[in-house]
Parts: sequence; structure tokens; C-alpha cells
Amino acid sequence: MESINAKYVSQKISKTRWRPISHSFLQQPDIFATGSWDNEHNKISFWSIGSHGSSAMEDEFEGEPQLSCEQKHDGDVLDLQKISIAQQWARAHRYPCDNAPCTGVVCSSPEIVTVGEDGRIIVFRADQEGVVRVIENADSSTIHAVTYLRTTEILTVNSIGQLKLWDFRQQSNSPSQILSLSGDRVPLHCVDRHPNQQHIVATGGQDGMLCVWDVRQGNTPFSLMEAHSAEMWEVHFHPTNPDHLFTCSEDGSLLHWETSSHSEMPSFLQGGRNSSMMSRSAMAPAGGNQSLINAWLSGDSSKGRLETSHMLPSQTLSVNSLDVLEQCLVCGTDGEAIFVNRQVPV
Amino acid sequence: MEEVDVEPVVTKIPAVSDGKHMGFAWGPGDILVYETLHKASGCSFIHEVRKDEDIYSPILRKLFNESHHIFVGLQTIREDLPSKSRKPQFVSISKNYRSVIRACMEELQQVAVCSVLSQVSILLAIELIWNLCEVLFIDAAPAGSLLLHLLDWVRLHKADVDEKARDVLQSDSPAEHRDYWDVVMSYVLQGRLDEARQMLMKQATLQPAARNMYKVMDTLLSKMPFFNPSGTQTLTEFDVKWRHWHEEVDRCLQDNSFASNKHLEIICKLLLGDEDTLLEHKELLGTWYHFLVTRLLFCHPTVKPAELHYYAQSCMTMFLDSRSVPEPLDSILLAAFEFDIHQVIKDCSIALNNWWFVAHLTDLLDHCKLLQSHNLHFGSNLREFLLLEYAAGLFTHHSLWQLAVDYFDHCPEFGRVYLELQIERVPLDTERKALKVLRICEQRQMSEQVRSICKIMAMRALRNNRLGSALSWSIRAKDAAFATLISERFLQDYCTRGTFSDLDLIDNLGPAMLLSDRLTFLGKYREFHKLYEEKRFTEAAKLLLSLMTAKIAPRSFWMTLLTDALPLLEQKEEEDIEVTKVELLRLALARNLAMAIVKEGTVGT
Repeated sequence: MESINAKYVSQKISKTRWRPISHSFLQQPDIFATGSWDNEHNKISFWSIGSHGSSAMEDEFEGEPQLSCEQKHDGDVLDLQKISIAQQWARAHRYPCDNAPCTGVVCSSPEIVTVGEDGRIIVFRADQEGVVRVIENADSSTIHAVTYLRTTEILTVNSIGQLKLWDFRQQSNSPSQILSLSGDRVPLHCVDRHPNQQHIVATGGQDGMLCVWDVRQGNTPFSLMEAHSAEMWEVHFHPTNPDHLFTCSEDGSLLHWETSSHSEMPSFLQGGRNSSMMSRSAMAPAGGNQSLINAWLSGDSSKGRLETSHMLPSQTLSVNSLDVLEQCLVCGTDGEAIFVNRQVPV
Repeated sequence: MEEVDVEPVVTKIPAVSDGKHMGFAWGPGDILVYETLHKASGCSFIHEVRKDEDIYSPILRKLFNESHHIFVGLQTIREDLPSKSRKPQFVSISKNYRSVIRACMEELQQVAVCSVLSQVSILLAIELIWNLCEVLFIDAAPAGSLLLHLLDWVRLHKADVDEKARDVLQSDSPAEHRDYWDVVMSYVLQGRLDEARQMLMKQATLQPAARNMYKVMDTLLSKMPFFNPSGTQTLTEFDVKWRHWHEEVDRCLQDNSFASNKHLEIICKLLLGDEDTLLEHKELLGTWYHFLVTRLLFCHPTVKPAELHYYAQSCMTMFLDSRSVPEPLDSILLAAFEFDIHQVIKDCSIALNNWWFVAHLTDLLDHCKLLQSHNLHFGSNLREFLLLEYAAGLFTHHSLWQLAVDYFDHCPEFGRVYLELQIERVPLDTERKALKVLRICEQRQMSEQVRSICKIMAMRALRNNRLGSALSWSIRAKDAAFATLISERFLQDYCTRGTFSDLDLIDNLGPAMLLSDRLTFLGKYREFHKLYEEKRFTEAAKLLLSLMTAKIAPRSFWMTLLTDALPLLEQKEEEDIEVTKVELLRLALARNLAMAIVKEGTVGT
């Protein structure tokens, strides 16, 4: 826990993202962006943290984020993605008489896809001024988040608890697949795809449940885990080490999930509070080779091992956003603080 | 109506011309003022007068956030632990608060714009008062250690000595620097005798002839006893030793050991605590409380807490000229020395424009059980009153309202009522914000607020034709009436257009269908359509029959159901369907007859 740096920044943080680094240099990430919300004037700020071994820095300030530049933003910042060209598409999301908040954006250069409270999915290209494609009335409820499944397919989650798959190769304006939980229609807030195995997707919902789905098979999630006691705002697989998953929630906690599909005991996470979370499988793996099934899908703590630990030293206000890259984790809270951890055990 | 403590402050509203009438309305943290004319139309501007500018300062926001974190931590300290183990916790919490204040102060100083300077000086004063309260009330040091803590307090707030010393030491010939003797004397006045000795040594090397004199001074300085609280010496033993030393210094003065060096003689007199000499060095002391502590150090180091106020009062009178008016800070400090906590809080409340300081300090003192519970007229105690005022002020801020929620939670009498009233007035621009507000209400079982917020969001969604969103809000609030409204909308859409909109929603209602009859009907009716499209006429017919008999269909829909029944009646199928068809027909005819009778009956008469 000593490796966590906290900094109060006088703005409630709604999103944080690391600047992507080039893997060839084996660098640690050192620049991240944050977006604020609920201010009269919101802004996007870029922060840099000192690199290791910089002799000019005093020990106490090492690793403390320093502001490098800021940019004004109209309205709350609801999502951030790294693109090299900035363009403004005004009023892309709207209601008949008002502007609607855009709740999520994802890009796979040069395409950019956005979704919003108006239930629309809009595709842009970074080099074109106009809109490339609009799927009107994609959803009758708010779409909360979007992610790419493959280069031509995206996944969206909405506030009636459905996971919808859209294929851009098709011209029709309806989803190619709809998955949902049987039972209560709990709104889903975040979604992330497994970096290596594209059929595995994790979602987080309003009741704090973490669901892991297999989009190839069936209509219901493979495993459900009680993660948090309030809305889960973000879920992320670690980009290079997908046995690790991170979730953050309105209840002020940030959890680090570690699963291991081998028979060795995972190294216990240092510090923090360790607890094995209760999990239950929604259904048994449909026949076939059990050993090939990814550890996330058999989220039963007796088979694979699932260890969870809290990453923040004490309870804070809602943790709205997190991002993890290599060994560095950054998160932002409603208590107007940014936490940076540069020694995440992955 | 009680007497007013201070004269009310007059604020001029610049945009309202002189002599005009003004109307006003109170807000939670501000006043809205407008110009009026008794006849004809008034001016078109409304002015907002705010007392507290601080919550909008970006640097001070950190103060509010960090202190909120400390506050919440303080509330969770267990009450059942013995007070001996709790006192160090309270002291460390007090130090945390103070370090937050200092951090803000340092940041403000770096900004160094003139508008910020007054904020810096206010924070300085706040930290000074808090530190003194910590020493006197929370740490409650007994005689002996009391003076040591007071010495630390003074040293912490007189930082210019170190700067001057640095200048002197970095010069080519420190002993000849013009501030040299000032530095030496400041060290002596603050009881930093080792540093004074080191400085003096530089002078001693320059004047080998006076070496003996310097040696005597050095011995005197090195032998001054300081009380060691963790040692084995008792206070009385220390007192004896100290008197012994004091007499030795006096002897040195009487037999003129330092007569030839005016500076050393002054230092000797300072060591004796001679009032006149001390007062001659007012600029070095700077403040009357420094004078007080120095005087105590050299006259009465075993001062008891209860005796402090005599010395404080007399020192203040001696130090301040009869012409100068005591500032609010002085009277607050004096009240602290008199151990009159309530007076301190009262004076601070008046002098500061923000409740932050008094609310947090009072809360901490209340946890230390230092405040007598003295019920105010409106039923809550002082701590709760101040916290409520502070939190209510926070709620007016567009962003800091979330902090206020925790403060209300820890006000047992009125916190909940305040929260219920305030939380409904938070503007809900995005769904995400509404979700957060809802979560706050649900965690505290404020079901009425939950219902009203969900209704607002659902209405908004409905107006924007987002039926799915509207439904999900009514599910959250378990609002059957609204769910009915939404289903009516769907059914109306169907009647006008002939097809259903938002199939993804209706096809996947799940258990939410049971929330309201109308919604169940909608779901089942859609199911009927699906069965019909899949040509499963038997089941479709059975479903239609049950829909008609179950009486959950709205009146306006009966004709539609009957029309739907017609094609089914014409199907040539197996046995069961014959029975069903007959039933349908009977039902349809009966209904038709009933309607006809009613119609006939009403026309004419």
C-alpha cells in the first residue's frame, strides 16, 4: 500500500485514462488524462508522474502527479479515449428538443463509435467531418457503454440489462445478438472484452455484480460474482496479463481480481484486505474440454482460484474510473482525489 | 429576540442605483436581491449576494475534501475504548487537520496573487488558533510540559527567525552582519539556547580579549534546565533546579560580569525574564503571545494551566499600546487561554465567513468530551448546529454537495430531515448523476425521495420518447402507476401504427412484467402476436381467450381483441380449437350484446 500516491485535485473525476505507451521501449506509463464532472466548468487535464530514478526529484514528491496542461470541456466528461486528431461533432446525440448526453466512446483508429442516452449509435471517422453511420433507435433505453468485439463488431450495454452485439457489416439497424440475465433487468454500466480471447466479455451492473459472458454460447452469463455493494462503474481486464481484472464502484472500493488457471497457488497479494469472494456459476460449461475453458468462465472458487483484494487504503467516496497499464494503476474519485499505484502486482 | 453581538455589516450592491428599493429572498447560502419600483415594471436583473466565497476557490476545495475524509474517519473511532488510548488518536487527528490547513496555505502562497493573500492570512490565523486549542484542550498538557508545548507553538508560528539566521550564516562574516544580534536574541527569546550558543561562538572567536565573558555566558546558557516529561525528575525537583539556575544568572548580573558588553548584558536580563527588557524588543517578539510564552519561560516555567489566563491578560495589556485596538484574533486567543471554549467558538464564528473551522473544531472537541452539552433553543446541541450550518452551505455548491451528505449522516437529530429536503433539489442533468443521488437515498431508506427522483427521470424519458429508460426508472422505484402509464403509451402506439415499437424492450420484459397489470397485458399481448406469426394458432387462441377473461385488458382495447379473434374463428383446425372457438364466439357475442344494450340504454333518455 505504500506505493499508492493520492492527490487532491479540486475537481470530481469522472474518467481517467493512461496515455498508451509503445511496448518496444518497455516503458512504464507516465502520462494520464482525467476528465472532471459536476463542475460549472469541466475540463480535461493531462498529468505526468515522474519516472523512476529521477535524481532531481525529492523522495516525498516522487510519483506525485503534476499537471501539464488542461482543456476546457462543455458538460460533464463521460468518457475518454486516446486519439491523435481532435474534432468536434456537435449535437451528435440529441433528443427531439434537447441535447442528450453521450455516455460512451470507443475508437479503433480511424473509426470512432459513440453511444448515448438517446439510444443512438453513431460512427465517425477521425478524418471525416460528417457522420459515417447512425443507428437510430438502437435501443429504447440508455446505452451506458460500448466496446469493440472485433474490428467490425461492437458490444453495447444498456439500462435494461441487455448486452447487444452489433455487426457493422450488416446494413440492418438491429443487433445481431441480444444477451441478458434471466431474472431482474438490472442495468449494466460497463463492459470490457478479454484482450486475447475475444468471446469473453465482462460486465458490471447497478447492483455491483460482475458477470462474465461467453458471447458464442448461450444467452446468459457464465459466471456471476458479487463484487460490490453499489453500482460498478468500470471493469477492465489487464491488457497484457488478462488473469487480472479490476473493478471500481460507487461504494468507494477498487477491487483487483486475480484468477489462476494453473494448479499452483497464486502469490498472495501483499497488503490490503484479502477476501475470497463468493461466486456462483450460472450454468455448467456445455460439455467439451473442461481444461480449455478459460478460468474466468469457471468462476467457482473451488476450481480455478479467484483472489480479490482491495486496492485503496480506506473507504472513499465513489471511485468513478480506473485504468491500468503494465504495473501502473490510476483511479479517480468523487472525493476529488486521484490515486496512482505504480507497483500493482501483476 | 436576543441582542446582536456585533453590528451587522453593510454590503453595497453596485448594480442597484442609490436610493432605490430592493426586494429580496433568502436562499440556503445566499440572498437573491432585485430592484423594485412600486409601480411599473422593475429592473430585469437579479443579484445574488453570497457570504461565502471560499467554497468556490479551487485550492480551498482541497481543504474541504481532505478534511471530509478526516471527519469521516474521526466519527468511526470507537466510543468504548478507555480515554487514555483515545487521546493520542484525537491528537493525531488534530495534527492531520492542521497539516491539511498548512498544505493549503503553502499552495496559496505559491499562487501569490493579491486576492489570495487575505485567504492566506486567514488560514494562518486558523492554524494558530487550532494549534493552541490542541495544546490546551485536546492534549491538555499539565504543568511542566505545558510550557514546552507552548514553546513549540510559538516557534512554529515565527518562521522568520530561521530565514534571518540563514542570511546571517551565509554572509562572509556572520558575526559582523547587522542582523547578527537580532538572531541571537530571537533564539534566546524562543528558548533555542543551543543555537544561540553556536551563534555566540562566532562572536567569541572575533573577540579573544572578552573570551572569559563569553565563556560565562555560554555556561549559563548551557545549564538552563528544561523539564523532561518522560524523565524521572518530578516537577518540584525541576523547580528547585531552575530556581538555583535563576539565582546564578541574577548573581552574574549583579556583579557586573557583562557590564562591558551591552549585548551580553541584555541577554542576561532576558534570561532573568526582565519585563522592561523584553518589552524593549517588541519587534523581535512580534506578538503579545510570544511575549507571554517567553516571559513564562524565564519567570515561571512550571506554570499551571489554570494560571495561564492571569499572565495572558497582563501580557496582552503590557504589550499592546493603550491606543491599539485588540483584534479579533487577540480576543480569541485570550479566550483560549482562559479555557473558555464556547467563547472561542463564538468569536471564531463571528470573525470567519465560513463555518468550516468552527464545525470541525467543535466536532473534535465534542469527541474529546470537552463540550458541556448545552442545548440550544431549537433542540440540537452546539456541535450539531455548526455541522448542519456547514453542510447546508456545502449543499449550495454545484459539486461539493456530495461531501455534505456524510456530515448530515452524523447529525443524529436533524441531519436526516435536512438531507431529505436538500437532496431533492440537486439538479439532475445526466443519468449518471441521478443514479448517484438515488444511491444516496436508497442507502438511507428515503423511499419518498427515491420515488420522486425516479418519477422525474421517468417523465423526462417519456417526454423524449425513451420508453425503455422510462420503464427502467419505474422498475427501480417500483412505481406501478408509472409502469401503467408507459404501457398505455405502447398500446396507443400500437393502435395508431399497427405495429409495436421498441420490440427489444417488450420482448424481454422478464419479471418486470408483473409490476403492473397493464404491463403484464402488454407483454402477453405481444406474446400472442409472436405465437400468431409463428402460426401456433392453438396456443395463440388460448392466450387470447385468457387475456379476454382475465380482465386485465383496458377497455379501449376490447375492440382490438375482438378483431384479433375474428381470423382465429375462421381457422379450420382440430378438436381443441373448436371448443376454444366456440368460447371465443360466445364471449364476443356476449360482450357485443352488453355494449349494445348499454349504448341503446344511454341514447334517448
